[in-house]
Amino acid sequence: MSLDIATREAYGKKLAALGETHPEIVVMDADLSGSTKTNIFKKQFPERFFNVGVAEQNLMGTAAGIALSGHTVFVSTFAIFATGRAWEPVRQSIAYPKANVKICATHAGITVGEDGASHQSVEDIALMSAIPGMKVMVPADAHQTMSMMDYLVKTPGPAYLRLGRATTQQVFDADYVYEEGKGAVLRDGTDVCLFTTGFVTKATLDAATRLEEKGVSASVVCMGSIKPIDADLIVAMASKHKVLFSVEEHSVVGGLGAAISEVLTSQKPARLFRLGIQDAFGQSAPYQELIKHYELDEEGIARQVLGKLAAL
Amino acid sequence: MSKSIQELQDIANEVRVSIVKMVHTANSGHMGGAMSFADMLTALFYNKLNYDPKNPKWEDRDRFVLSSGHMCAGLYTILAKIGVFDEKELWNFRQLGSPLQGHPKYNLDLGIEMSTGSLGQGLSVANGMALAARVQNKKYRVYSLETDGGSQEGMVWEAAMLAAHYKLDNRCVLFDYNNVQIDGFCSDVMDLGSVADKFKAFGWHVIEIDGHDMQACCDALDEAEKVKGKPQAIISKTTLGKGVSVFENKSKFHGTPPTDEEFAIAMKELGN
Ligand SMILES: Cc1ncc(C[n+]2csc(CCOP(=O)(O)OP(=O)(O)O)c2C)c(N)n1
Ligand SMILES: [Mg+2]
Repeated sequence: MSLDIATREAYGKKLAALGETHPEIVVMDADLSGSTKTNIFKKQFPERFFNVGVAEQNLMGTAAGIALSGHTVFVSTFAIFATGRAWEPVRQSIAYPKANVKICATHAGITVGEDGASHQSVEDIALMSAIPGMKVMVPADAHQTMSMMDYLVKTPGPAYLRLGRATTQQVFDADYVYEEGKGAVLRDGTDVCLFTTGFVTKATLDAATRLEEKGVSASVVCMGSIKPIDADLIVAMASKHKVLFSVEEHSVVGGLGAAISEVLTSQKPARLFRLGIQDAFGQSAPYQELIKHYELDEEGIARQVLGKLAAL
Repeated sequence: MSKSIQELQDIANEVRVSIVKMVHTANSGHMGGAMSFADMLTALFYNKLNYDPKNPKWEDRDRFVLSSGHMCAGLYTILAKIGVFDEKELWNFRQLGSPLQGHPKYNLDLGIEMSTGSLGQGLSVANGMALAARVQNKKYRVYSLETDGGSQEGMVWEAAMLAAHYKLDNRCVLFDYNNVQIDGFCSDVMDLGSVADKFKAFGWHVIEIDGHDMQACCDALDEAEKVKGKPQAIISKTTLGKGVSVFENKSKFHGTPPTDEEFAIAMKELGN
């Protein structure tokens, strides 16, 4: 049976499970515990849960203090407020002293849906990647989320985990194990390579099937870690394919595509097209409509790839 | 366009009906806070604001900033009612391409003075508009909605300090104290204590009222306007989801749309 749930849901359940075996874990939230799913942990371990109210900067500062006093702290709120509103406290109080705080933010990207641009972070990967030493991870489904969390509890130091509101379809099997900084080849092709991450991973895989029907053989690589990035894998794929694409539910500025570009320019110059949000704010609509609108559904991805190839 | 107390109460009720219909139609959005604030919002737009619905860009207009942007169903309704734009726009709320975004997007043609939705920034923005009036020797006043949950943001209090420091007497905060936020009662999640004492300590002129007493809303707006040398805070004790028994005081209805059954109850209780 496949596990089709939102990554925030997988996060909430796994966090409560980890709470059983890890008494050092403390969880914090900023008035969104029902949405981020930290309320599952809260119910089980109320003495190790703190709600700071609507105060994201205060959330980060307080988390740093708890972490520097011997705890592994998981903090959650929406991605735009965790990374945007609280950016400098994250940099100063968490990243600089290397406090053991895991920033696990939900409602990333445009799949937030109707709440619109104010709540849709298309910049969070860029913001977190820019901070020295910050790890940036984006799970594609529930299994990858849970495996990344196993990694996070045993790896001290700051990290950012980007989670979503919408249901994701299963991509990884239950026995998948996340390895630090490693991408995963999900499909082998010969013409183009599609690098992807997060929510759009399943649609990218499906787009590759569509492309096959149109005579384009596509590899698909899931980059669960944006930082550190799997440079070896990028170079290997660039050597084997004529054209590369990145597909992400994030701005093409400072996201997965940008991180891949940085590797290519110094190690293996190659042509890369970055599919994602093209330097724009999001907007309100049911998320399925937005994914279509920004051409990040199966059909839209395939159409964009064919369009770029045709224009070459 | 001054209205009698009875007329204002009727309009506020229509605003609540519209809020529930909009959120039900969109099947998403925020009713609870918009309903608690509906009375003061109505009093402000109909009996106080110096505003021309046919010229929403008029430079001397009084301004209103909805700092807690999630409560926009009420603001959009009022702007349509006074004639800034067509009421039929309300039914595209939160849909692809609608100018009526889930949280306000700056659009002066529609009377939307500021992009909000990220809590706790509007008090500063409204202060900026009030400072600009001083620089330009203009007489307009600037109002903003602040809410209890939203005021857990530190920036609100940074701005409270600034407004008093610069003696912004053209600046008035309408504070909706319904004691509810997303995770429960504010007093349980993160107690704000006496908001009145806090604003007083920062140097504001404070007026405390029952936010569902229309006469009190109008009187407080009149009193605030006369204050010299200090910003004013009208602190309204209100009820989240006011007017619909199944919504009242339930944090669930901060941001959950009504089921068809709840919608029917709401329409009945609001006399629609
Ligand atoms: C900076 C920021 N953090 C978090 C949120 C998510 N959020 C939206 S409304 C809300 C609670 C607001 O409570 P209150 O202001 O009292 O509004 P009410 O429930 O009374 O409508 C939260 C946490 C946000 N919009 N902005
Ligand atoms: Mg409230």
